[in-house]
Amino acid sequence: MSRVRIAQLSCGPEYSGVQKEIDEAAAAVDAEIFFPDLKLADIRHSFDEFGLDVRSPDLKLAIARAKALVEGRVEADAVFIATCFRCAEAAIVRNELRRYIHENSRLPVVSYSFTERTTAGTLLTRMEALTTIARRRALLAREVQQGLTMGVDSGSSTTKAVVMRDNEIIGTGWLPTTAVLQSADDAVAQALSAAGVTREDLEAIGTTGYGRFLVGDHLKADLVQEELTVNSKGAVFLADTQRGPSTVIDIGGMDNKAISVQDGIPGTFTMGGICAGASGRFLEMTSKRLGVDITELGPLAMKGLSQKVPMNSYCIVFGTQSLVNALAAGSSPEDVAAAACHSVAEQVFEQQLQEVDIKDPVIMVGGTSLIQGLVRAMEDLLQTEIVVPHHSQYIGAVGSALLASGFIKGE
Amino acid sequence: MAKVFLYPTTSLILSDLVARFGHKPLSAALQVRERIQTAGLESPPLQITPEEPKKGLRWAAVEVPSGVRGRMSLYGPMIDEAEAAIIINNADYSFGCMGCARTNELIKYLVRKKDIPVLDLEYPRNEEEGVEFVAAIKRFLDTLEGGSP
Repeated sequence: MSRVRIAQLSCGPEYSGVQKEIDEAAAAVDAEIFFPDLKLADIRHSFDEFGLDVRSPDLKLAIARAKALVEGRVEADAVFIATCFRCAEAAIVRNELRRYIHENSRLPVVSYSFTERTTAGTLLTRMEALTTIARRRALLAREVQQGLTMGVDSGSSTTKAVVMRDNEIIGTGWLPTTAVLQSADDAVAQALSAAGVTREDLEAIGTTGYGRFLVGDHLKADLVQEELTVNSKGAVFLADTQRGPSTVIDIGGMDNKAISVQDGIPGTFTMGGICAGASGRFLEMTSKRLGVDITELGPLAMKGLSQKVPMNSYCIVFGTQSLVNALAAGSSPEDVAAAACHSVAEQVFEQQLQEVDIKDPVIMVGGTSLIQGLVRAMEDLLQTEIVVPHHSQYIGAVGSALLASGFIKGE
Repeated sequence: MAKVFLYPTTSLILSDLVARFGHKPLSAALQVRERIQTAGLESPPLQITPEEPKKGLRWAAVEVPSGVRGRMSLYGPMIDEAEAAIIINNADYSFGCMGCARTNELIKYLVRKKDIPVLDLEYPRNEEEGVEFVAAIKRFLDTLEGGSP
């Protein structure tokens, strides 16, 4: 496919001075932003038909454009919905349009609320995911790993590597990310050693995560792909739910992803985290303050009751303060651990999960999915049982290794 | 000659009427095209940078969405400068359109709060109302200092 054409439905980016950033992010992944061409008469007609009585004319225009896309009057490969952060009216339209497009077309769609500080860098992964879904549908449809491949996930907190052979994981490597390339080399060495193979034996390599470009270049990877599509693929592969709908939640070290997946391909997704208080980083800080290893935080939280400790870690600084206050007031480490897990889960639930349609099975992945207290808190909030597949902390590396097998010579 | 703020500021017809009757229109004077190909209905000037929403802080607080503040950086100075204003309510898109309802509420409030003569009119829906609409605007403009007799 040549340039991916992304239709923009928006209100306010030009007046916020960020339209250039949106255009730049799209251009960086060889895509182009365009505005569906409509007549004024179409706006009145489509808006009345849609039935959402908003006041802002630019939101009416966005609604009319969405209808034109769904009805096939305008051709596009993907849709980007963007409105001002803090505008309640726009938030309603953003959500309803995303749902409408998702339910009535096969177009991948992502939505974003911007401020004047939004940069192309912030938007890059989202744009990349949109173009990957549009360009690589055939690759994303792959359900079986073949040959001997390796996937490397260079994340903000940890670097993971996985070696796979004929649909089985045969070696893993994991360590905290320090110097990006060194961490990747060490994780790769661990995985290769555990698998009992050498670099030369590998038939294809895939990379993902924040350091994907740098590490991909370094390892001469066959596939360099953002973590939204890769993690979705890894999640449904490990949970053995490759067909049908599912929801993937990945609470990461720096940001969180909530992805609504259909047949292994993301339909709608959100990525973000207003503050570190809603990320894995906060749980890391909690375990340090409690003097336990992060691996012990989950079991500790399972023994506690979150309701006993008032905590709302919307901000990591204030969250830590609540934690210190609670301990000073005599709360047990178990209750504090449970409260920290509940706080993170609640924020992800409030800020992100409202933006995707939660469909069972709900799969939690990433390192934080091993913290049982967090999974339980999320189960309580969603009122459903959550699947945590084996090797869930290696999700990106597994997805990469699986997709990389599509690049084995002759494939 | 009075400086007259127009709402919707994109209305070329209003702008032309004010100029014809001897006053200076304060308007964005950007044409709303029959076919919409740009980001928003007003076809805004795209030289706006992230600095504009910061300038807009003079009229709207930081918790107000960036798009409202960006718009206010354009329209706020016009309101400050205005000696009179004409507000057309519920105008047709082709007459002149402002993309954001929240900005529109703020603009109208700031104009009404200012101690200047303001003409508030409904957009005409038929020819008869159209004739009265233009006559009302002329009468209003004539009362302003330096208007045509």
